[in-house]
Amino acid sequence: MRTAAAILRKDLLIERRTLETLPGMALLSVMTFVIFHFGLGQDSLSGQLAAGVLTVTLLFAAMLAVNRLFVAEREQGGFDAFLLAPVDRTAMFTAKATALFLFMVALELIAVPAFALLLAPPGLGRSLPAFLLMLVLADGAFAVIGTFVSAIAVHTRARDLIGPVIGLPLLLPALIATASGIGPLLTLRASGSPEPKWLAVLALYDLFTALLAIGLFDYLLEE
Amino acid sequence: MSTHLRHLRGLTIATAVTLTAGLALVFFYAPLDAEQGFVQKIFYVHVPLAIVSLVGFCLGGVFGLVYLRTGKRVWDMRSYCAIHMSLIFSVGGLLAGSIWAKASWGHWWVWSEPTLVSYLIVILLYCTYQPLRFSIEDPERQARYAAVFSIVCGAFVPINFILVNLSVQYLHPRVLNLQGGNMPNSMKLAFYVSLLGFSLLFATLMKYEMASKEMRIETRRLRRMLLGEDPAGPLVRSASPS
Amino acid sequence: MRLPHCTGEMQDAAITPDPEGPTAPALSLVVELDGLTRHFGERTVLRGISLGLDAGQTLAVLGRNGAGKSTLLRILATLLRPHAGSVKLFGEPLPRQGWAVRGRIGLLGHEPLLYRDLSGRENLAYHARLHRVPQGRVDELLEAVGMLQRADDPIRSLSRGMVQRLTVARAVLHRPALLLLDEPRSNLDPAAGDLVEPLIGRSAGVTRVLTSHDPQAALAEADLVLALASGRAAYVGPPAGLDQGTVRSLYA
Repeated sequence: MRTAAAILRKDLLIERRTLETLPGMALLSVMTFVIFHFGLGQDSLSGQLAAGVLTVTLLFAAMLAVNRLFVAEREQGGFDAFLLAPVDRTAMFTAKATALFLFMVALELIAVPAFALLLAPPGLGRSLPAFLLMLVLADGAFAVIGTFVSAIAVHTRARDLIGPVIGLPLLLPALIATASGIGPLLTLRASGSPEPKWLAVLALYDLFTALLAIGLFDYLLEE
Repeated sequence: MSTHLRHLRGLTIATAVTLTAGLALVFFYAPLDAEQGFVQKIFYVHVPLAIVSLVGFCLGGVFGLVYLRTGKRVWDMRSYCAIHMSLIFSVGGLLAGSIWAKASWGHWWVWSEPTLVSYLIVILLYCTYQPLRFSIEDPERQARYAAVFSIVCGAFVPINFILVNLSVQYLHPRVLNLQGGNMPNSMKLAFYVSLLGFSLLFATLMKYEMASKEMRIETRRLRRMLLGEDPAGPLVRSASPS
Repeated sequence: MRLPHCTGEMQDAAITPDPEGPTAPALSLVVELDGLTRHFGERTVLRGISLGLDAGQTLAVLGRNGAGKSTLLRILATLLRPHAGSVKLFGEPLPRQGWAVRGRIGLLGHEPLLYRDLSGRENLAYHARLHRVPQGRVDELLEAVGMLQRADDPIRSLSRGMVQRLTVARAVLHRPALLLLDEPRSNLDPAAGDLVEPLIGRSAGVTRVLTSHDPQAALAEADLVLALASGRAAYVGPPAGLDQGTVRSLYA
């Protein structure tokens, strides 16, 4: 845990210094909302359409972070330095997944208000707690699969391509669950309580993929 | 290498016999479907193709796991060939399913059929297997990453089916039950013989592919021995194990 | 969290080597290679290298670019796996027991292994946390390499010599018992060279594996020489046994 904390601290420090990831993610999400407004020709969205727009936007923004997650380790010798230390390899996964999760939460602090302002109909306040719960679970899925995919992609030649290409199909079940889960919450007649099925699906997906990724991550670090 | 070739002839003959018998049963023994008529016969090709390809994908994951455990290159080769063959089978299965859908429902593609949708997702996922391998230059790393990928995706196949089933049932009623739990016995017999035939076909083709790949590696090794050690070596980038 | 137990204990024992003292011969061998072979794809970069290096001694690895020097160092650093033959560090076979020796090795390679956007102090603090070294050691080393004044500037703003000095500090931060030095004095002016001498030089008193672009300087420091010619050991033995003609032909 101490190792993971050290790596996470270092990653957040680098992000604070360089601001390479978060501003880009936030900007991209807001621009995507604008594009959806024109592409769909609607001033406000609700229900399943709103859920789809939001999910896809978060996915796009997540991909930016996924592409950048391990680049510093690869290009500035972080992997070697980490492998030289007598520490548990899983710490790298824990730290990077946590970093990605925090990036997603930070992104949503901007993207969700922007969405409410630009596209969502007013009067959805009752659904907010359930909505946020779904988002946190979705962030877990992004963090786990994103870290896993990024660790694979960073060692390939076309890493900006390979990451999203293998990440998208792997994330599809989580995206389906997220979109289906928050769709009913974004209607005006929403009861405000989440569909337990989708919460369970997302939670199980997070748990299952996390276990799988932790079990296999060692093999991605080895030279 | 010889171990693959030894069983290859017997396996090929068994495949040819079973597949012919299966098709004969399908066309001359199994009754015509009361509602769909002759076009329903594609069921005996489509479903075995789909089942065999999905099992093959999972098998690729199992082989990948054995590769990570043992580090023996032959398991990487098995994993690669299983996934490669499954991909070919699954595209065949998808096309056959599409034809069936057009004939019986009037559309080439139906989103409300969860089995179709999850099948498409799985195919899309495995379509990335070759590009992933191709973009990693170091052969050892390529094998290791491909193994990790195959394990995750192998585990992903059943999960994905469960999830998509959940989501589609929620949104739409199911149009048709593909499993066909209440087939008459004559249909069942034709179906199972056909399934066995396609399984054997999968095994045979996979073995042929492995034999060919290993022959190529062996040829290259012998050529290197004969022509002397070329320090630069013919480092051709390849998506397949080498 | 799975941790190699008793690392600290062994480290402490290992940082006070006693080259002159009578030690049991089986234990004193720090590096043991037997038929070490490594391929890259179909190319063989190291072929059948065998040698043994005693505690406190220095091995100089000679050979021109591409002879396999850096590969050998990366294998010894547990960053690359050997494909055939055996490698033992501190009596532990690699790669199986890599975790047992990892904290006792210091690698000074071509890459500084420092983050460009962090300062020298932040980089060293990060490495200290990875290696569970008290943070006081960071300032101690910053001073030792003469980088206290520029310690808070990001790495990308420093000159190559300054980066190299920080790299030396990074490599010896956890007091390794085995130093792997790949051209350690490149980019260092003589004054800086004198500065890092107590850390990575002969006077550091630790076992060292050393490559250098200057064969004469490397030979002067060495107890044992390994001359590599396209992956094979052209010579293994004391520096005295190596004549100037052979040295020249190695780099020809």
